[in-house]
Amino acid sequence: PRIPWDPPPSPHPFPGVFPFQDIRNTVGNIPMEWYQDFPHIGYDLDGKRIYKPLRSKDELDLFLEKMENPEYWRTVQDRQTGADVALSDEQLELVRRLQRGHFGDVNFDPYEPSVDFFSHEVRIHPVTNRPADKRSFIPSLVEKEKVSKLVHAIKMGWIQPRKPKENVPTFYDLWAREDPNSVLGRHKMHVPAPKLPLPGHAESYNPPPEFLLTPEEKLAWEQQEPAERRLSFIPQKFPSLRAVPAYSRFIHERFERCLDLYLCPRQRKMRVNVDPEDLIPKLPRPRDLQPFPTTQALIYRGHSSLVRTLSVSPSGQWLVSGSDDGTVRFWEVSTARCLRTIPVGSVVKSVAWNPNPSICLVAVAVDEQVLLVNPGLGDRLLVAATDQLLDSWEAPEEERIQPVRWIPASPEERGKGIRLLVQHSKPVMQVPWHGKGDYWASVVRNPGSRQVLIHQSSRRWSQDPFRKSPGMIQCVQFHPLRPYFLVASQRSVRIYNLLRQELTKKLQSNCQWISSMAVHPGGDNVICGSYDSKLAWFDLDLSTRPYRLLR
Amino acid sequence: RRLCILKGIYPHEPKHKKKVNKGSTAPRTFYLLKDIKFLLHEPIVNKFREYKVFVRKLRKAYGKSEWGTVERLKDNKPTYKLDHIVKERYPTFVDALRDLDDALSMCFLFSTFPRTGKCHVQTIQLCRRLAVEFQNYVIASRSLRKVFLSIKGIYYQAEVLGQPITWITPYAFAHDHPTDVDYRVMATFTEFYTTLLGFVNFRLYQSLNLLYPPKIDSQAEDELKPAEGKEYAMDSESYLERLSALSASLARAVAPTHEDEVEMDEFPVEGETAELMDAKKKEQEALEKHKKLFEGLRFFLSREVPREPLAFVIRCFGGQVSWDKSLCIGATYEATDPSITHHIIDRPRLDKQVVGRYYLQPQWVFDSVNAKLCLPVADYFPGVLLPPHLSPFVTEKEGDYVPPEKLKLLALQRGENPEEESEEEEEEEEEEEEGDNDKEEEEEDESEKEEEMKLQKMEEQKMEEQKTQSNKVLPVKVTAGKVRVEDKQRLEQEQQSEEKRLAIMMMKKREKYLYKKIMFGKKRKIREANKLAEKRKAHDAALKEQKKKNKKARQA
Repeated sequence: PRIPWDPPPSPHPFPGVFPFQDIRNTVGNIPMEWYQDFPHIGYDLDGKRIYKPLRSKDELDLFLEKMENPEYWRTVQDRQTGADVALSDEQLELVRRLQRGHFGDVNFDPYEPSVDFFSHEVRIHPVTNRPADKRSFIPSLVEKEKVSKLVHAIKMGWIQPRKPKENVPTFYDLWAREDPNSVLGRHKMHVPAPKLPLPGHAESYNPPPEFLLTPEEKLAWEQQEPAERRLSFIPQKFPSLRAVPAYSRFIHERFERCLDLYLCPRQRKMRVNVDPEDLIPKLPRPRDLQPFPTTQALIYRGHSSLVRTLSVSPSGQWLVSGSDDGTVRFWEVSTARCLRTIPVGSVVKSVAWNPNPSICLVAVAVDEQVLLVNPGLGDRLLVAATDQLLDSWEAPEEERIQPVRWIPASPEERGKGIRLLVQHSKPVMQVPWHGKGDYWASVVRNPGSRQVLIHQSSRRWSQDPFRKSPGMIQCVQFHPLRPYFLVASQRSVRIYNLLRQELTKKLQSNCQWISSMAVHPGGDNVICGSYDSKLAWFDLDLSTRPYRLLR
Repeated sequence: RRLCILKGIYPHEPKHKKKVNKGSTAPRTFYLLKDIKFLLHEPIVNKFREYKVFVRKLRKAYGKSEWGTVERLKDNKPTYKLDHIVKERYPTFVDALRDLDDALSMCFLFSTFPRTGKCHVQTIQLCRRLAVEFQNYVIASRSLRKVFLSIKGIYYQAEVLGQPITWITPYAFAHDHPTDVDYRVMATFTEFYTTLLGFVNFRLYQSLNLLYPPKIDSQAEDELKPAEGKEYAMDSESYLERLSALSASLARAVAPTHEDEVEMDEFPVEGETAELMDAKKKEQEALEKHKKLFEGLRFFLSREVPREPLAFVIRCFGGQVSWDKSLCIGATYEATDPSITHHIIDRPRLDKQVVGRYYLQPQWVFDSVNAKLCLPVADYFPGVLLPPHLSPFVTEKEGDYVPPEKLKLLALQRGENPEEESEEEEEEEEEEEEGDNDKEEEEEDESEKEEEMKLQKMEEQKMEEQKTQSNKVLPVKVTAGKVRVEDKQRLEQEQQSEEKRLAIMMMKKREKYLYKKIMFGKKRKIREANKLAEKRKAHDAALKEQKKKNKKARQA
């Protein structure tokens, strides 16, 4: 196939220099590197390969040629043919001119004086021969239209001349007619921005030496967060005023102040300005509160283990105490003499002396039993009357089902003073008496039902006052005057009216776990102790919340 | 945001943060709804909108390169005024004065900015003008009270209409502008502050019967002109410069009528008020004296000292001041003038000294102003180690640490001049004095220490005494009476402390917290004061030793 004759632009740098050279290589204007790996360098007009000329010269040959060939320096390789070409003198001259940045053509003069076609001189003849248009002689319609529009707009008052700038003084007496009372409502609530704190001695350029930081303090200052630092700068000392440099954070500080001014919420804070001594409450002096026990008078020795409980007889003459060593001891209060010891065989949880002065009876809670003990102390008549009262019971005709068993004491026990045993199903924790001395209650550690029982000792009769249990019951008390029954569960104290059989009040103790409870003999005040070392003092007349919480 | 800045609206802390924030406790800023509604009614909002539109049109015209339109738009540039906002925010003039601190500081800062970049040149020029005007007012009314050279800048405190106004100016160096500062916020603040300051200046000048904008007094002008030469044309720029030179007094709108001296009207007064009046009168006299501190003195500022603050301060207290003619315009007399009394200089030493004037370091001027009397010049000669520069803003309360220099100063103010004796003796005396001071401080400190501490100490002492007594006396047999007496004292104290402890135990929880906090603060204060005192003591001791060594070296 014939390739159409299309002389490719020669990659040779000087295409015009070889006018007679037939361009045999037909590959065109392509990067010659594409033929690097081939033995040929392109194709001739007939489509035959043009082979690269043999280049078997090694370094030595090159060197020899360099030395021997006087034309070597002007020899160039034609990349299209691969042949070496020695440049002629004209070509060399051209190369030099181009290197110097001159025109290639020797004859071209770049600095010819220019001849203006249109000159500033007025010629007698026009440049063009074209006659002037007609429109250059008659007034323009378009312009007329525009002008008339403007004239119309001015006539109609649509366009007005620009107002001259008013020359109002920028500053004048703004507060000339100020009225001190005309404060806006908004400004009543206005909180003015607090002023910046004034600088102290430490900020001086020449502070007293004690205000300079020691190296350790400086280190600590550097390690602190910028917000935590007490001083926002390191105090420095300069020997003279001319040595003081500009403060690098000045703009920062102004900027932070600006931010504070418009981004910080403002609030009126009442500064508590009190003398700390005024805060301390004035307590009555302890001397004014006397009499209270100041010295130890008596020690009741005899128990060999922990004393858990004690109770004083209503006459105040006797004291009964129960202890972990399994005994109940009776003491005379004034002499600390142990009058009687009753071994009961197990840990005594609670003892309670009958509050009725005409009955000499003590309830003792031991394990699952409650013993009613007649200590036989004091007036013989009283003792005898008590025994008689207990023995006067006659079994009713029909046996009623009772939650507990009443067992009369055996003669042996009777010798010890025990008169009755009340057998419960679970360990008994507490036995409080009613004020009249006939009824008593017992608290049984029996999660679920039947935690409280009320007993009547003269009739040997027990009953469960609650249908369902109000939680874990810690302790119970009889109200000393009214027919109330106080039940302390874990968090609260409930007061039941025994006559009406209903809940009267519920006292919230605000404690974690009530441990004990006591009622004032007047009947108005209740105090509750708790395991988290608090005392809740209730006034029943006031509210169901503690009147005061003592720690 | 810009509106909030201009109108002075600030966020509020809600009472129930959780409720307002719909349950979340994330930090957010809350504005009052009332405030935002108030902002919506502001007429300036429309102006802002107009301006926004203007900017948009201008940009469009630039983009299309319609220069005629650009010209026209620029001619009709919408402007707004903040007058009504100033009036609204500060209904009375005193309110405005109260809030002037920040405005002044900001203006002084902006007036030191370079004329390129950060903000508009007009703003900077305006700030400069207003600042200079305010300074001139302070000079004319002599209301400067305190000056303090800190490492941050120079604090000034003036009293205008009974309101203390404090402002800070940076030292005159080029700022290296931080990148993490939003200059737009600052510029908005400055915009408002310049307006405020302009009105305040006007009012202040009016109150002094001065012309506003200020004019230099014609007499002074005549004096100035020949000295000045013809290099300076009377254009506004150089006029401002002359004003800022602060050397000439200002023209009064009404001719001054012979320094009408302010004499307090005397009312017939009775007993208690008379004393009060006397005290007030004394105060007034002291103030007058303070105002005329540098009256009759002629200062010359060497070229290495900061001219502007010094000239300002000296002129504020009635002194006359001049400087090298080539330094700044407005110099009134030459350095060779024989009537100069004080030459302020900040070089280690001077080659040629003229007899008949004091050569002093600039700190003397500031310290004298703060001390309200001309301090002895001996400490301030060039090349001398300067005494510490104390802050005049600190008023020590009881229990605070008072540096010994302050005590000395107070003594000077009371009029107890230290006797002039030979140098060594004086030194010794000084040392003694300092020692005394230290002792006093210690005593004070001790008295303020915790009672418990004291008690403990007492107990320890007593225990020791007892021990020693018992050790000594065992063989000799002591009568028991003495011991009992001491016991009683101790018991009493013990009982008191016990009572206090019980009482503290009985306090309510909140009060106890408060009490503990207060006591903690007190303790910390005492601790810090003690620390400072200790440091001072150590420093003095070191100095003393150094002196001794030097003496020995000199002798040897």
